[in-house]
Amino acid sequence: MTPTPGTPTLPSLSGLTSKAHAAPSTPLKIDVTTLNFYYGPKRALHDITIKMHANQVTAFIGPSGCGKSTFLRTLNRMNDIIPGTRVEGSIKIDGVDVYGENLDVVALRRRVGMVFQKSNPFPKSIFENVAYGLRINAMAGTRAELEGRVEESLKQAALWDEVKDRLHDSALALSGGQQQRLCIARALAIRPEILLMDEPASALDPIATQRIEELIYQLKKDYTIVIVTHNMQQAARVSDFTAFFWLGRLVEFDQTEKIFTNPTEKLTEDYVTGRFG
Amino acid sequence: MATPRRRRLGDQLLQASGLFVMVIALGALAALLFDVFVDGAGRLSWQFLTSLPSRRASQAGLATALVGSIYVIILTAVIAVPIGIGAAIYLEEYGARGRMARLIEINIANLAGVPSIIYGLLGLGLFVRAMGLGRSLIAGAATLALLVLPVVILSTREALRTVPNSLREGSYALGATKWQTIWTQVLPMAMPGILTGLILALSRAIGETAPLITIGAITYVPFLPDGLSSPFTVLPIQIFNWLSRPQAEFLRNAAAAILVLLVLLLTMNAVAIWLRDRYQKQRTA
Repeated sequence: MTPTPGTPTLPSLSGLTSKAHAAPSTPLKIDVTTLNFYYGPKRALHDITIKMHANQVTAFIGPSGCGKSTFLRTLNRMNDIIPGTRVEGSIKIDGVDVYGENLDVVALRRRVGMVFQKSNPFPKSIFENVAYGLRINAMAGTRAELEGRVEESLKQAALWDEVKDRLHDSALALSGGQQQRLCIARALAIRPEILLMDEPASALDPIATQRIEELIYQLKKDYTIVIVTHNMQQAARVSDFTAFFWLGRLVEFDQTEKIFTNPTEKLTEDYVTGRFG
Repeated sequence: MATPRRRRLGDQLLQASGLFVMVIALGALAALLFDVFVDGAGRLSWQFLTSLPSRRASQAGLATALVGSIYVIILTAVIAVPIGIGAAIYLEEYGARGRMARLIEINIANLAGVPSIIYGLLGLGLFVRAMGLGRSLIAGAATLALLVLPVVILSTREALRTVPNSLREGSYALGATKWQTIWTQVLPMAMPGILTGLILALSRAIGETAPLITIGAITYVPFLPDGLSSPFTVLPIQIFNWLSRPQAEFLRNAAAAILVLLVLLLTMNAVAIWLRDRYQKQRTA
């Protein structure tokens, strides 16, 4: 968390304005401008400005406590649940202000799905886990439609073959990696446009991690994906763009390749080469 | 530092004294139950359960008290459960955290410890007189509901608190509203704990005498309650009444009535445990 002696104390924020990266050809999806976030009196995010485009995978990297998860959770207003938090600045998704006064949070979360660090399947059957979002949002009119959507989602999450014969068994009996893919299937079932993933593979073994990474690669055809990860190799493998956070600031945001091979900021270079963090 | 030998000795001493204390407690309880059983078992019969009270001990039964107790406990549950669980959900899931919330919490905990006769006085003033319900079944049940509300609220809050936040987050992230999350995820998860608290609360209510005497439940009711406004009596009051008679015959009736009260209590507990286990299985199976 704390940098080793010799590393610079504060980054110059020139990285913020570096528009050096080639903008992707896909449309702008998430547009964040000077976002500040507070837990009570503690400021957790400092003037975050970042633009993320559709059908791209953006990875957030940085040491623990750098604000990357906090930032991720502002994108679907998950932090609303935590008492005493406050947001300044703006986040626009498809041009609509996420923190705008008339915004329906429930509708927002339907469009911006989320997968958590620790898999959190509901204590229900596999089928009911995936069907939950469809049921509460009244998205499937008939039983057949519901079953179709559940199957489709489980296939998208590469879990169908493993569970198709025991859909009505408890989700809690699945392995850790399967549970996490179930949570992904659950999120996909309501057909969000954006998928937020908060260290989705941090509790998984290498094989399960690989499956999740392959899945991310598949999913970006249909979704805009934002992934928080501790694992720099993972960021390098799965993402198109990488944002490096440090002490609540966005230090550098660029194409993943550039971040890992030729970063503009010394701090980014020190981090990605493992000199601290 | 004590030597290992001395420490072991201390350990054994503590274990022995723990056993001793437990034997005293359970022994006293066993003796009490045995005594009651010897006195009352002979009087237990279908006739005893179905007869109305009488001046003659051998003809007297506890039909009115038994039916009264069952009615009162059901009514108490009907009043206290929705209010108690609702209040707990509000305080735990909706209410703001802060000084006010802490004040309310402390006061509810204090209310749970208030002597039951005080609730009787409140019930007398509020339900019997001010609201004009009279010495009725509904007034009695409302009074007992007040008595158990703090326990219901506290235990429900405790149960809600044990539901992991990750479950709530998972539900919110799928576009669930707060109420959908509470109703479909949080409450089912908390149900075993809520049921345990409920049954403890209702078990307390079924044994209460003082508040019901205060609001005027009468000891001699020669007919079964036939409506919410009907006068009533309950098992503990009937027991108290029989115990205060000089004849040994009536004392045996009291012992038999105590056995009936115990069976009623154990049945309630058994149902609660069964329900709890069912929910728990659902949760993990």
